[in-house]
Amino acid sequence: MKTVVSVIGKDAVGIIADVSAVCNECNANIVDITQSVLQDMFVMVMLTEIKDLNCSFTDYSNKMKKLGEDRGLDIRVMHEDVFNSMHRI
Amino acid sequence: MINLNDIMETINMISEENLDIRTITMGISLLDCCDSDPEIACEKIYNKITRLAGNLVKVGEDIEREFGIPIINKRISVTPISMILASSGGDPLMYAKTLQRAADATGVNFIGGYSALVHKGFSAGDEALIRSIPRALSETTNICSSVNIGSTKAGINMDAVKLMGEIVRETAEITKDRECIGCAKLVVFCNAVEDNPFMAGAFHGVGEPDCVIHVGVSGPGVVQAALKKCPNGDLGELAEIIKRTAFKITRMGQLVGSEASKRLGVPFGIVDLSLAPTPAVGDSVAHILEEMGLERCGIHGTTAALALLNDAVKKGGVMASSYVGGLSGAFIPVTEDAGMIDAARSGDLRLEKLEAMTAVCSVGLDMIAIPGETPAEVISAIIADEAAIGMVNSKTTAVRVIPAIGKKQGEELDFGGLLGSGPIMQVNLNKSPKKFIDRAGRIPAPLQSLKN
Repeated sequence: MKTVVSVIGKDAVGIIADVSAVCNECNANIVDITQSVLQDMFVMVMLTEIKDLNCSFTDYSNKMKKLGEDRGLDIRVMHEDVFNSMHRI
Repeated sequence: MINLNDIMETINMISEENLDIRTITMGISLLDCCDSDPEIACEKIYNKITRLAGNLVKVGEDIEREFGIPIINKRISVTPISMILASSGGDPLMYAKTLQRAADATGVNFIGGYSALVHKGFSAGDEALIRSIPRALSETTNICSSVNIGSTKAGINMDAVKLMGEIVRETAEITKDRECIGCAKLVVFCNAVEDNPFMAGAFHGVGEPDCVIHVGVSGPGVVQAALKKCPNGDLGELAEIIKRTAFKITRMGQLVGSEASKRLGVPFGIVDLSLAPTPAVGDSVAHILEEMGLERCGIHGTTAALALLNDAVKKGGVMASSYVGGLSGAFIPVTEDAGMIDAARSGDLRLEKLEAMTAVCSVGLDMIAIPGETPAEVISAIIADEAAIGMVNSKTTAVRVIPAIGKKQGEELDFGGLLGSGPIMQVNLNKSPKKFIDRAGRIPAPLQSLKN
């Protein structure tokens, strides 16, 4: 199963590194990544494959959430089907 | 990869515009729980509900986490208890307490189905169940009750209408120390649907499978935000925007419903395409109507705006889901909608206008606090009026009014949570409909042609 990790917040050094580190720690494979900085806002979306996750989905999701809280970012992990079903017929 | 803008749109809908799945409701048939011994019947009911729905809350929470979509309620609807009572006998309250025990064990928010279908007349069990409603709702916390008193094919059972006026009042009296909360869990229907996932009117119809999953979506805030981006479009354009938004909201419901049905191993029933408001700011149906250009919900033009909204929601939602059902439309529960509460407080929204609105929207007079002095026959007359609208227009209508015992027009009731709070609205008490209601009997089914 693939998940979309979305990161929104104020731009700063090392955001991608930190998010990638959590992926690495949980053995989530980064399949695709796109990001842009609009004015001061950093927006990144990362597609990760989590079939070989070494922890539960909840742990993975909580770690991302915790990272978001620590760095003052809004980080969400959501199943890719949410976006596929909403935006594709 | 999915478009960045699409991803941001979805996230924004959830985080800023209150998009959520309002409810996953598991419908469970209790017909095979009948027994000649009522105690055994109750035990069978408890066992069946806890066996089938034991995982419902957990699966709901798992989906919520994995998909990142809030799922507000997990609920159960069951076969109308009057049918079980008819064959198994015993004290109806026993069944209410059994359902409460099952609700506690499964952790669901509500179990609906303490119900009776009496649109043509009372059969065994019906009257006993109806008379037990006040105590059942007072002595339980998570049980909802509904009574169907009319239909387009059968007409209106005015004996039942008369009785329900008394029952609504009695329910308010018996729960008067708790803001008359009993009445918030009691709804009187005309043309009740069998697959409704929303409370208080959910029950599991006899034509349904043994166990089934229904989903009710929500998202008035999303529609309002979409309309805000089109301040000068004509009404055709607004309808188009609402359709597109409803499509997206419903896709979410379809996804969650099919996922829940897969994980629970239970067939998927329907998505109820509804705009269900909450008292939260930015989650109001009234505010959508105001966004369309009405200075306040309830003024002239409200019925037309609501008709456009209701129809566009259905048109957009129908294509997004493989099976649509339930009540499907915009809800207008007064105490649960921030915009309606304001409009009722300022006096712009009145009972008469709400009644007109129910002719073009999803259900009926919903969550309306009325003065405590309102006599039973006036409540019956309100029910009869509303049922007549449903009967003639072949649609579901309902009445969920709360007589605020000991309070007067202008004072407020506060239920807290999703049930909200609101002012006690004005009811015309100058003259009495008592003679009309006391005649009782049955209003014949209406003609279905010569429609003017």
